Amino acid sequence: MELGGLLTFLVFFLTLAGIYAVMSLGLNVQWGFSGQFNIGIAGFWAVGSYTAAILTTGPSAFHLGGFGLHFVVGLVVAGALSALLALLVGLLCLNLRTDYLAIATIGIGEIVRLALKNEDWLTNGVRGIPGIPRPFAEHGRDLQQLLFLGVVLLTIVIVYLALERARRAPWGRVQRAIRENEPATMAAGKNVLRYRLEAFVLGSAIMGVGGALYAHFVGFISPEAFDPLFTTFVVWVMLIAGGSGNNRGALLGAFLIWAVWSGTQFATAYLPVELTARAGALRVLLVGILLQVILLARPQGLLPEHRPRPIPARSKEPVRRRA
Amino acid sequence: MTELLQLVLFGVVLGGIIALGAVGVSLIFGILRFANFAHGDMMTLGAYLALVVVGPLALPMYLAFPLALAATAAVVVAIDQVLFRRLRRTAPVILLISSFGVALILRSAIQLVWGPDNVVYSSAIQLPWRFAGLRIRPDHVTILAITLGLVALLHLFLQRTRMGKAMRAMSDDPDLARITGIDTERVVIWTWITGGALAAAAGIFLGMDTRLNPLLGWNVLLPVFAAALLGGIGKPYGAIAGGFVIGIATEVSTMFMAPVYKPAVAFALIVILLIIRPTGLMRGK
Repeated sequence: MELGGLLTFLVFFLTLAGIYAVMSLGLNVQWGFSGQFNIGIAGFWAVGSYTAAILTTGPSAFHLGGFGLHFVVGLVVAGALSALLALLVGLLCLNLRTDYLAIATIGIGEIVRLALKNEDWLTNGVRGIPGIPRPFAEHGRDLQQLLFLGVVLLTIVIVYLALERARRAPWGRVQRAIRENEPATMAAGKNVLRYRLEAFVLGSAIMGVGGALYAHFVGFISPEAFDPLFTTFVVWVMLIAGGSGNNRGALLGAFLIWAVWSGTQFATAYLPVELTARAGALRVLLVGILLQVILLARPQGLLPEHRPRPIPARSKEPVRRRA
Repeated sequence: MTELLQLVLFGVVLGGIIALGAVGVSLIFGILRFANFAHGDMMTLGAYLALVVVGPLALPMYLAFPLALAATAAVVVAIDQVLFRRLRRTAPVILLISSFGVALILRSAIQLVWGPDNVVYSSAIQLPWRFAGLRIRPDHVTILAITLGLVALLHLFLQRTRMGKAMRAMSDDPDLARITGIDTERVVIWTWITGGALAAAAGIFLGMDTRLNPLLGWNVLLPVFAAALLGGIGKPYGAIAGGFVIGIATEVSTMFMAPVYKPAVAFALIVILLIIRPTGLMRGK
C-alpha cells in the first residue's frame, strides 16, 4: 500500500512537472532563443486552459460550452487560440525593447485575468468551470493517471524534438542572431520583426497546449486557480535554473524546480501550527531566494546554451551554407 | 458634469499616488537601465511598515509617515547592496529578472509577517465635505497636499543639490558622468533612497485611500509603469505628468466602460502611446 501511494505520488508529480516542462519549453523559444521577455505566461496558460475546458465539457447553463469535443481537438485549438492572442499582442508590441515588452506582457496577463473573471457568459466568472473531462477516464483511476502521464510525456517529446530541429535550423540561428545583435541581423537582410513574431507566437502556442493539459489534469479551473504572478515566476525560475537557450536545460529546470517546490511542502510541515496558513508564502519566499542565488552563482543555468553545429547533411554532399 | 468633475477629482488623487511611484521607476531606469519590477512591492512594504508604527507602536500617522519612508529606503538600499550591485556588471535584463524575484520575495515576506487579509490604518469613519455637489474626502486632501509637497522637494533635490545634479548627469550619459569624477556608486544609492522613499509614500497613500493587502502595490505596478513610459522613461518630470494623465484617464474611463476593466486602461494607453510616439511624451530613453 505504501508503495502504491508512493507510485501515485510519483505519477502525480511527473504529470504536473511535465506540464510545467511544456511551459518552460515555450518560454525558452521566446526568451532562450529570441530574447523576448514575457511576464504574461499565466495569460497564455489561462487561454489554453479555458479553451480546452469550454470545448470538451458537456452542456452547462453557466458558461459557453456543450461542445463535448475530444481532448486532442481541445489541445490543438488551445494552442491555436493562444497563438492567435500572441499574434495580436505581437503585432502591437513586438517592436518594443525588452523592458517595454515585459511591461506590455504584464498588461496582457492582467487583461486576460480580468476577462476570465468578469465575462460570466463565457467562463462562469469567478465560480470557474468544473467537470472538465479527464481523458481515458473509462480505464479506471490508476490506469487513467498513467495514460495521462503518457500524453504529457508524449507532448514533451514532440515539442522537444520540434524545437531542437528549429534551434539547429537556419530559423534558430537567425533567432539567436537577433538576440545577440539585432542591428547586425537587420543589416544582413533578415526581417527581424517577422522572426521575433514567429518565436513569440510559437512559444505562446506551446504555452496554450500546456494550459490545456493542465485543465484536463485538474478537472476544475477558475480565475483564482492561476495565481498569475506565481505561475509566471515559477516557469521563469525553471528556465533560468535549467539554462535558457538550451531545451534540455528547460526540461531539467522544470523537473528540478518542481521537485524543490514540492520539497518545500515537506519543509513547511514542520512550521508551528499558527503559521501553517502562511506556509504558501514561505514556500514562494524560498523559491524567490533560490532564483537570486542562481542568478548570482550560475546565471547561465545548469545546462548552459552551447553553440549548435549545422545539421549534418544526409548525403555525401557538403553542407550548403544557407542564411 | 458634476459626475465628471468628481471622477477627475478621484483621478487627480490616484494620479498623484501613481506619479510618486512612477518617478522612482523613471529615476531607477535612467540610472540603472532596467525596469524595476519590485517597485510595486516596495510600495506595499512602505505601507505595512507605516502600519507597524500606527498599529502596534500606536504612534500618530505624521510620525509613521517619515519613519516608514526612511525604513523602506533602508531596506531598498540593502537589497541593492546585497543583490543588484553584484548583478550590475551583467546585462541589465538580468537585473530585471532579479527585480521580478525581489517582488515575489517582498510580497511573500509581507504575507508571512502580516497575513494575507485586508487591514486598515484607522477604522474611524470620515464624513466627506460637500462642495458644489462634489464629495471631497479629508484624506484625499491630505494625500494630495503631501504628494505636491514631495514633488516640490524632489524638484529642489534634483535642481539645487549636487547629488541631484549628479543623478541627472548620470541619467543623461553615464560614461560622461563617470569621467567627470562623479561617484557613481553613491549616485546609485541615492537613486534607491529617493525611489524607495517615494514608493513608500505612494504605498501609504494607497493604504489610506483603501485598505492594505499584500497585493496593494503589485496591483498598481502596471499604471506606474504606464505613467513612467508616458512621460518618457528616464525623465522624472515626465513621469509626474504621466501619473496624473493615467490616474485621471483610469477614473474617467468608468463613465464609458465597466469599472472592472479599470486596470486595463493603463495598458491601453501604453499600447496607443507606444504606437504613436515610442519615446514617450517628453522624449525619454
